[in-house]
Amino acid sequence: MATLIDMPKLSDTMTVGTLVRWLKNEGDAVANGDMIAEVETDKATMEVECFDDGVLIKQYCGEGTEVAVGDPIAAVGEAGEEAPAGTSSAPAPAETAPAAPEPAPVAPVAPVAPVAPVAPTTPAPVAEAPAAPASSSGTRIKASPLAKKIAAEKGLDLSTLQGSGPGGRILKEDVLNAKPSAVATDTTSSAPAAAPAATLEALDIPVTNMRKSIGKALVGSKTQAPHFYLQIEVDGAPLAKLRAELNGKLADLPPEHGGTKFSVNDLTLKAAAEAVRRVPAINRSWEGDTIKQHPNVHLAFGVAIDDGLVTPVIRDAETKGLREIGAEAKVLIKKARGKKLTPNEMSGSTLTVTNLGMFGISDFYGIINPNNAAILSIGATLKKPVVNENDEIVVGQVMKIGLSGDHRTIDGAVGAQYLQALKEILEAPATMLV
Amino acid sequence: MPLITYREAIKQALDEEIQRDENVCIMGEEVAQYNGAYKVTEGLWEKHGDKRLIDTPISEAAFSGMAIGASMLGIRPVVEMMFMSFSYVAIDQLFNNASFCRYMSGGLMNVPIVVRGPANGGTNVGATHSHTPENMVANHPGLKVVCPSNAYDAKGLMKAAIRDNDPVFVMENTLLYGEKWEVPEEEYIVELGVANILKEGTDLTIVSHGRCAMLSLEAAKTLEEAHGISVEVVDLRSIRPLDEETILNSVKKTGRALLVEENKPYCGVDAQISHLIQLKAFDYLDAPVHRVSAIDAPQIYAKPLEDWQIPNQERIIAGALKIFG
Repeated sequence: MATLIDMPKLSDTMTVGTLVRWLKNEGDAVANGDMIAEVETDKATMEVECFDDGVLIKQYCGEGTEVAVGDPIAAVGEAGEEAPAGTSSAPAPAETAPAAPEPAPVAPVAPVAPVAPVAPTTPAPVAEAPAAPASSSGTRIKASPLAKKIAAEKGLDLSTLQGSGPGGRILKEDVLNAKPSAVATDTTSSAPAAAPAATLEALDIPVTNMRKSIGKALVGSKTQAPHFYLQIEVDGAPLAKLRAELNGKLADLPPEHGGTKFSVNDLTLKAAAEAVRRVPAINRSWEGDTIKQHPNVHLAFGVAIDDGLVTPVIRDAETKGLREIGAEAKVLIKKARGKKLTPNEMSGSTLTVTNLGMFGISDFYGIINPNNAAILSIGATLKKPVVNENDEIVVGQVMKIGLSGDHRTIDGAVGAQYLQALKEILEAPATMLV
Repeated sequence: MPLITYREAIKQALDEEIQRDENVCIMGEEVAQYNGAYKVTEGLWEKHGDKRLIDTPISEAAFSGMAIGASMLGIRPVVEMMFMSFSYVAIDQLFNNASFCRYMSGGLMNVPIVVRGPANGGTNVGATHSHTPENMVANHPGLKVVCPSNAYDAKGLMKAAIRDNDPVFVMENTLLYGEKWEVPEEEYIVELGVANILKEGTDLTIVSHGRCAMLSLEAAKTLEEAHGISVEVVDLRSIRPLDEETILNSVKKTGRALLVEENKPYCGVDAQISHLIQLKAFDYLDAPVHRVSAIDAPQIYAKPLEDWQIPNQERIIAGALKIFG
């Protein structure tokens, strides 16, 4: 009797997963514990584990296909065994198997934080064309003959379309629902003669799972959490000086001698965690019936990745030194860009930091990562005229830090106290090194 | 309109044609005095006598050959096969001689016979009594074959078959003999080679024939109600000549085709129709053509297995859903 392997629910918010890559093909022997496929959730690309021994007798979906959570992706049985019919989007009533075995439970995932990204070393390409439906398994585009015919008539480029049919096949519906793209230059008589030449590329970009998830989390946060906003100006000179000293001494050392390099982000993360020790009330979350104050700082920070952003979490950040935080952040950023973060590494944040300083943004306010009490928005350190203690106007280095707070959980005073504490630490950064 | 059985509809056709044309006669095993093995000819011997209803020896080869010879001289025999499977006993007469007489005589001789009898499984009669050889018949240029799915078609097609000047096989179904449909009292003919759209739809065309067309119609209702798939059901009625136009028009409209038949799949009727669709409606297809046919094995004697071997509603519904991924 064949066992069906269903699309696992790999995060709280996951409703569909995209089968990115098959790791086992039909006919391959599989054993309990083998990974059979890679699945892109709304958060990350994860591997799906097989809990049976036997042969993978059927793949119910092709690479690139979106599969609803709970729908079968594969069947494992004995060699030569007939695979059971897979359910479709319109499952037969007889097949509503009530107790399909859920693959290993995975820790719940924090929703994608609606925050700005940490500096990417190279900016993500903005207008990358959406992948062709079958590009992951080759360059051939799978489209029905009818879809091809209609696409040709309408002058549509099939490679810009996402197929909704079995195995990602582009169907008639997909073509009919598509808007003509500027890529296809249809010069048939049906085209309006006086259409102005387009100077920019028109694109219909499919909404990825990640964008859907970001959208959902952001709308949820902005509609449910009443945001208030505070801003404080910090003298950025001491921090810049400290960073220059540290990097000046450490950057050229080999790693085994303690060589490393700190980003502004590393320093602000450390400072943010340190400031929580002084104002623990910032480290709260809205739980509906209760407000929870957390004993540890699980510090999330935004990382921009291709067409989205994720918020990896540094756990127990208040207990970690600058070196530890910097190293951990580097690893997490690298994983994030490779879409290799596990749900666990993105869940359970208690406070979030976002940074747009590297883009020259002087000040801004992020949207609160759902259930956090606050999000910090770090701006660029810019040269500005400031009035010093002698009432002289001098050139200062001004760093503006914004705080968006959830008024259900904390009031303005808590946010203000926290920003004040953060300012003190950043302006005397040696205090956070001890 | 009176509700009559499929069996009664065939009998009416035979009765009316015997009365209409003095050359029409019925021959076969037990067709006269015993009223037919499946009682299709019940009462006809009493009514029309020995000249028109002829009990034959138990030799399909002999009485088929006799019918062919008689037809060359102007008689229009209707030959009953107790089971269409028994036509295999007369394969030289029916598939070799009857089919090619017109061609080999340069058009001087034709063979206006009807070969009729049940051709179906599902009745637990074993591998040698359950053949559905419409594909075999259709594979012989010169032969014609129809598979009525209901009483109305059975009567109309039988009359058309008797009046046709070439050998026509009428594939009946023992599971349908007792089923009732509305059949008008006034005379009508169902022309050979004209398919019937049993139900209109927009998302999927099911092409079927014989009893499977009725199963498909029921399945179509479930697909529509439970799955929101609008299904058009095309009942071929006639396998050869084939109504290509109706099939193609329907597939061009829906973009998807499921072919359902009780034939074994290998070189079955639907293999031919599948070819037709891909050849002439390729640019209209939104999905590959799928088939539901008998499972490719000798007819299974165990009844529960046989019930699954030949298409049933569950298999048709599953087959349709598969097209939608």
